[in-house]
Amino acid sequence: MAEFRMPSLGADMESGVLVEWLVAPGQAVKRGQVVAVVETQKGAVEVEIWEAGVVDALVVRPGTRVPVGEVLATLRDGEARPAAVPPSLPPTPPPAPAVQPVPEPFVPAAAAHVKASPAARKRADALRVDLARVTGSGPGGAITLEDVESAAARAAQAPAPPAVRAAAPADKQAAMRAAIAAAMSKSKREIPHYYLGTTIDVTRAQDWLTQENAKRPVKERILFAAVLLKAVAGALPEVPELNGFWVDGAFRPSAAVHLGVGIALRGGGLIAPAIHDANSKSVAELMAALGDLIQRARTGALRSSELTDATVTVTNLGEQGVESVYGVIYPPQVALIGLGKIVERPWAEDGGVFVRRVLHATLSADHRASVGHRGGLFLAALDRLLQQPEKL
Amino acid sequence: MDQADIRRALIDALASVAPEGDYDRLKPDRPLRDQLDIDSYDFLNVVVHLHEQLGVDIPEADYQKLATLDSAVAYLAPRLGAA
Repeated sequence: MAEFRMPSLGADMESGVLVEWLVAPGQAVKRGQVVAVVETQKGAVEVEIWEAGVVDALVVRPGTRVPVGEVLATLRDGEARPAAVPPSLPPTPPPAPAVQPVPEPFVPAAAAHVKASPAARKRADALRVDLARVTGSGPGGAITLEDVESAAARAAQAPAPPAVRAAAPADKQAAMRAAIAAAMSKSKREIPHYYLGTTIDVTRAQDWLTQENAKRPVKERILFAAVLLKAVAGALPEVPELNGFWVDGAFRPSAAVHLGVGIALRGGGLIAPAIHDANSKSVAELMAALGDLIQRARTGALRSSELTDATVTVTNLGEQGVESVYGVIYPPQVALIGLGKIVERPWAEDGGVFVRRVLHATLSADHRASVGHRGGLFLAALDRLLQQPEKL
Repeated sequence: MDQADIRRALIDALASVAPEGDYDRLKPDRPLRDQLDIDSYDFLNVVVHLHEQLGVDIPEADYQKLATLDSAVAYLAPRLGAA
């Protein structure tokens, strides 16, 4: 009997809300199959299962907030057979303060600044208690588990909560901002960043792309962003200490390049899902993957592996008129590549001055995993690859 | 198809990528990219949308002619046999 547990879908994720089951007891599932939709601070995510088997029981009912690591469902081996028995859900939950269906994502209000034990935080989240409003009776005014339980009991005696309604956009945006805040704060607390920048002549690369696109029908046109991603993915293997994770005090390199792409969401959010195996995709395949990813990021249909697997991230702010971006690394990654807008500049070459189209590329890197000289070699490789776009 | 139809089709295409835009107050002679939050991916989708809805193929070299609503209508009209 195997267990399917709530995955961690981000550096600071403590819990998620199970929104919908996409499988039923008795159904066979394969590795990588999407089996459920979970609501996180970054929006709805399609969660994949990484074991094959047959769904035995759906332990958690939709609408429940579940801490990371808790069992969501159980699997058994063997052939699927039609469910003769009704789905086994837990009996009616006991009255409050048991976990209730969550009408909107619960944003832990300034949780980072409130002193509370980890057990108290988890319980507060499950019971929807706002830690900022609880008085702590522990050492130094810290909030204990008992403090949270008492606060929840008092709240349960208050008038019944309003009728369940869909998450208001303002709540979703607040949840997204809280998620970004947590990840970026953690990054700046823990990662000793260093920053490098270089200006790259992309005239040849753009001219090559214009020729390629002239041969292609509208639906198959390639954006320059895909060419840049291809060059980044091609340059990374030359400096492996930029591609992987910093975990438990050591760098763990990744053989594959799962390229995280920063995508701005309408309404002000930001998410950086991964294109898997970017280094083995052609420019056209990267364009298709990029378009598909942007589409699903903006409609809330990303998969859990896309949120967790990025080994490095690229942020491309050139569209917004920004010349340089020195980004903040997403933990546990160790590097972030920034790309600015393409501008025409006078460019001196072989004793003459010409107008060339250039962009400023930057690298933010974790000084525990790499040194500046090595980071510099990456940017040099990126430049070199962009001078021979036909070989990308 | 007259110029008003073309204008409507353009706004439909833009709304399909930027639904939150204020299309009633869109200034027809100011750059669209200044008034709507659309990036190159969104713009490519607009071009694809126009191709599917109006049957017009806009080559990359002509993208800059679609900078404002007015310039876009002026570009598309002769290609769609409108006055």
